[in-house]
Amino acid sequence: MRLVYFAWVRERIGTGEEQVTPPADAATVAELIDWLAANSAGHAAAFAERDRLRAAVDGVFVGLDASVVGVDEVAIFPPVTGG
Amino acid sequence: MIRIIVSPEPIDLAAEMERAEAAGVGAVATFTGIVRADDGVGELELEHYPGVTERALTGLAQEALRRWSLAGATVVHRVGPMQPGERIVFVAAAAAHRAAALEACAFLIDRLKTDAPFWKRERRGDEARWVEQREADAGAAARWD
Repeated sequence: MRLVYFAWVRERIGTGEEQVTPPADAATVAELIDWLAANSAGHAAAFAERDRLRAAVDGVFVGLDASVVGVDEVAIFPPVTGG
Repeated sequence: MIRIIVSPEPIDLAAEMERAEAAGVGAVATFTGIVRADDGVGELELEHYPGVTERALTGLAQEALRRWSLAGATVVHRVGPMQPGERIVFVAAAAAHRAAALEACAFLIDRLKTDAPFWKRERRGDEARWVEQREADAGAAARWD
């Protein structure tokens, strides 16, 4: 699974993109975030405030309760600020 | 006709207006967003999610075409670094009459602010800060639900 990060999530993790093989019990975006947060201090810092995180699965905006089973790309980022 | 552009190039207002008017209908409503020099901002940098941004904006334009009788919908969004006073976004809606054009234009910019993956970072001197989402923007977008 490809993970992509943007804005301060990307900066805190220290990379914009990584390839991971999450365990079977990381079946939703929230569970994936829990698993990732244990990976490094950067991941823990990026994911410390769950209510400030948004996600997209295979390019579609989703809630953190959305499934990530069998998907290709999960994006995790702060609330958007365009326009 | 739908026109979606996400690019680091400066927005050519005259060329975009001309394209929007080429729809050949009675009304074109437009919105131009300009980088503000709030509290000494020297530079604004726009990050986005390539591919997904364009898809999100196309989806918004398609929704506008379903909700109003439009001849055209345009969204041009600049990305990368830009200076105060420069254009960051241009939205246009073309329709036979003004009500549809004005409403669709407002819909496009309101929903762009909450539904498209862009992130702003302001630079003041040596300091850079990610911009926080505004409550008012969520409220403005929600009126189109």
